Amino acid sequence: MSQTGSPPRAIPRDSLASRLIQGIAGLADRPMAWIQHAVGGRGMAYVFLGPNILFFGLFVFLPIGINMAMSLTGGTNLFLSERPFIGGDHYRSLMQCGSYLDPASCREDHFWKGVSNTLKFTLFQMVAMVGTALVTALVLNRKIRGRGFFRAVYFFPVLLSPVVVALIWKWILQRDGLLNGAITLAGGEKILFFVEPGWAMFWAVFVSVWAHMGFYTLILLAGLQAIPADLYEAAEMDGTKPMRVLTRITLPLLWPNLVVVLVLVLIKAVQTFDEVFVLTGGGPGTATLMVVQYIYETAFANQVQNFGLAAAASMLLGSVLFALTMLQLWIARRKAA
Amino acid sequence: MNRVASLLRQTRRPGRLGWTDILSYAYLALGVVLMFGPVLWLVLSSLKTPAALLEFPPSFLPLTQKTISVPGHAQPLELHRVRLPDGSVKELAQVRRIGIQATMIDPANPAAPAIRVPIEAREPIREVAFAWSNYTEPLKQFAFGRYFANSLVVTIAATIITLLINSMAAYALAIYEFRGKNAALLMVIGTLMIPITIVLVPVFLVVTQLGLNNSLWAVILPGAATPTGVFLLRQYMLTLPRDLIEAARMDKASEWQIYSRIVMPLTLPALAVLAIFSIMWRWNEFLWPLAVLTKSEVYTLQIGLNAFQGELQTQWHYLLAMTVMTLAPVALVFVFLQRFITTGIANTGMK
Amino acid sequence: MAGLVLKGIGKSFGPVEVLRGIDLDVADGEFVVFVGPSGCGKSTLLRVIAGLEEVTSGTILIDGQDVTTERAAERGLAMVFQSYALYPHMSVYRNIAFALENMRLPPAEIEARVRRAATMLRLTDYLDRKPGALSGGQRQRVAIGRAVVRDPKIFLFDEPLSNLDAELRVATRKELAGLHAEIGGTMIYVTHDQVEAMTLANRIVVLNKGRIEQVGTPLELYNRPANLFVAGFIGSPRMNFIRGQVTPEGRLVTPDGKVTLPLPAGHAPGAEITLGIRPEHVLPAGGEAPDAILTVDLVEKLGSEAYLYGTLADGTALTLRSPLEDPARRGDSLPIRFERQRLHLFDAAGLAIRP
Repeated sequence: MSQTGSPPRAIPRDSLASRLIQGIAGLADRPMAWIQHAVGGRGMAYVFLGPNILFFGLFVFLPIGINMAMSLTGGTNLFLSERPFIGGDHYRSLMQCGSYLDPASCREDHFWKGVSNTLKFTLFQMVAMVGTALVTALVLNRKIRGRGFFRAVYFFPVLLSPVVVALIWKWILQRDGLLNGAITLAGGEKILFFVEPGWAMFWAVFVSVWAHMGFYTLILLAGLQAIPADLYEAAEMDGTKPMRVLTRITLPLLWPNLVVVLVLVLIKAVQTFDEVFVLTGGGPGTATLMVVQYIYETAFANQVQNFGLAAAASMLLGSVLFALTMLQLWIARRKAA
Repeated sequence: MNRVASLLRQTRRPGRLGWTDILSYAYLALGVVLMFGPVLWLVLSSLKTPAALLEFPPSFLPLTQKTISVPGHAQPLELHRVRLPDGSVKELAQVRRIGIQATMIDPANPAAPAIRVPIEAREPIREVAFAWSNYTEPLKQFAFGRYFANSLVVTIAATIITLLINSMAAYALAIYEFRGKNAALLMVIGTLMIPITIVLVPVFLVVTQLGLNNSLWAVILPGAATPTGVFLLRQYMLTLPRDLIEAARMDKASEWQIYSRIVMPLTLPALAVLAIFSIMWRWNEFLWPLAVLTKSEVYTLQIGLNAFQGELQTQWHYLLAMTVMTLAPVALVFVFLQRFITTGIANTGMK
Repeated sequence: MAGLVLKGIGKSFGPVEVLRGIDLDVADGEFVVFVGPSGCGKSTLLRVIAGLEEVTSGTILIDGQDVTTERAAERGLAMVFQSYALYPHMSVYRNIAFALENMRLPPAEIEARVRRAATMLRLTDYLDRKPGALSGGQRQRVAIGRAVVRDPKIFLFDEPLSNLDAELRVATRKELAGLHAEIGGTMIYVTHDQVEAMTLANRIVVLNKGRIEQVGTPLELYNRPANLFVAGFIGSPRMNFIRGQVTPEGRLVTPDGKVTLPLPAGHAPGAEITLGIRPEHVLPAGGEAPDAILTVDLVEKLGSEAYLYGTLADGTALTLRSPLEDPARRGDSLPIRFERQRLHLFDAAGLAIRP
């Protein structure tokens, strides 16, 4: 092993990358040493934490305060000092409805249409997403040849941008697209998917499930693989039927992961915007308009930029998300305990 | 024989391919078609000429009319397979077409008199040809290259900033005990709850006040500090032996040196996961850039693409090619780092 | 090279007092070993000296200078960790050079020092390896090299041999002793292994429940333990203890009266006394009048010697070392004698009674 008597070697060289990183980090050595001298070793904790907290403050916590203030002020000016205080007017106009079940009867009919669309979308998407992710995870958890390949196949759309995903499907679903071609060849009539409200919502849900199910499949698969193999072996020794293994062993043990996935899907679905916006533009009419699109358009895309109303709507959306996240944290804590 | 046997042994029940196995493979095969098919279709379509794109029902491969140069004709002529009145079939070049009548000549014998045939009697001969101009033209005609560069700048700058400040914060929260630590941790959790969707308008105000409107910094900075990253890195740093940090202190390393020379190199696996996440987030980010970028010089790829699809309703050939170009870097990253990404996500449960 | 003075060191983690009123002088060039059962505070004391923990009370002087509030990096000490704490991403060379680089020494000086340390520790061939590619003993030597190269005021060792196998431990122990002889630095060494303590130390500090029980040379501790704790802790197998009362005749009788033993003169009748005798000082009575009869429960033959484990008539357990040729077996009744010069006596409070 040891080669005694070998000639003394030069100083061992590190890799180029590590020397580069060291060089860059080295540049900060002296300034950082001065800072440490000034604030002391313990004070360095704040120096390290500082930049990140500054960013959080500037782009998260300060904005929450501003959002509140914006939602209580009127006018079209962006700057708070130029905006008159109007109290809860924005909230009142958002809530002003003949019947909450009928968006058309509301003063802000698009907001309520968005709410109702988002609810519909969320409901369908949760069922479809969790269902397909669960089935896929169960199938992938079997002794399948080429599992890595199949896992990759289901996962890769997760990395695609929402715009790309939407354009891929828009191209397939367009009037003279691949799907209508297939329908025609099969002897059917062309369907205008983005003109019929029902179809538009269906494809909005379908496309978002297509794009994201791989992620949830991965989480569920990790949960399935954490179930000890000897439980299955014990069940097999007991002569348990496969269906009973599924309902009595697999699903109960997977349940905590399933709940996590459900809540995650819920939190994401409520914020849906990108794919649906590019795919349908919220149409036909307002058939697939989501709450976030309403907020975006009210603040940035409409002729009159109503920042206050958008802020009020986002406060409402935010409180729903807050409640859902609390639920998520509570579940995570209970799962850990 | 052996191979078949070993294949069967891979299934759940040794030696028997049960109906559940067949069902599983069928499901997976359907999955492959459903997941890969659309992307494959996009790529094939992006290589079609505008004429081929208009075809209905669409052809699978990018096909174009085969042409041939015939002496005496300046332009190449379309080649057709023609059923002649005598019943024979011949490949002829079309000189012109008037109404339902086409004038054809034999390319092998251009001097021979032209033949007139009804257009139903001729069938165009087509060949597979890739319309690479779909890819080259947007780079020349539109600011596609600019958008690509903007996205690159945003992705790289934001990822570097994210890695730096997130790892610094994670280091502080993992290694030190200090007053306000719990408040800081709470702040990180709080941030987790407030996605950009909720604070679109006020962040726009902050960015405007900072004078960053319509600059790439407006996209880079607001999302640079990620709670996910702080959590991920802190969890990882907590697993590093405390002895190493104390040994470094005994070795007269400053706190910055401990962070940069000891902790960062050892956190590399977690940093790599965060880097991949960050690249993915930034390359694909849509809503915030859509709100804050109004001048087309600063559009990122995603915003540019979305703008194109609004404007270029009829120019699908360019749009599809640009979509492929937007997707390509992500696809490449995925091909090389697939296992790494999937295990990273499975371990962290984050995206 | 420097001396160390601890004055009234106290350390609490929340309500838990880990160290209480520790006073200690360590002379320049001395090899001092802290020994004690786990949880006695020996590692904490070492970390307090290193500057890795802050004291709750008391002062630390190094070379006469008060360093109590100075941080680890400023004290100029070097430490070898139980886990070695080698930087896994750095080569052996960079591990050893790291501190010197932090001190901003000129590169030529760094290389010269690293080479000298590597030669001394036979690490020259491994300088460009990563710690992961080294054996346990080599890692240990790198950890020592990292300390040596700094030329520190004091070397601190935190159970450095506990991760090595028995054979390597003995070899490395000898190397450490040689190292101290060669470079002569002040060394403070923490261990729970009394053999290490006895073989390495100039002086041993026995700690128990956050206090110093006794400080002394290895032989002082062996021959003249200050109290029951030290008597029981130093020496293996441990010292035998027999509790009893002084009879009017000046003998020791066990509470149930079944065993009476001789005592040196001069103890007040009725006093509670514990008699201690090491296994090597209990002898078979042979022809002489026995002090007691031992019922043998177990015989351990170690090759060079044998240990007999047995009980006296009152049930007190007693161990004795006997020559291998001794034919005693389980169940035998063996007349035994205590070497009169080797008796240790402790009062009711557990303190040694000095004649």
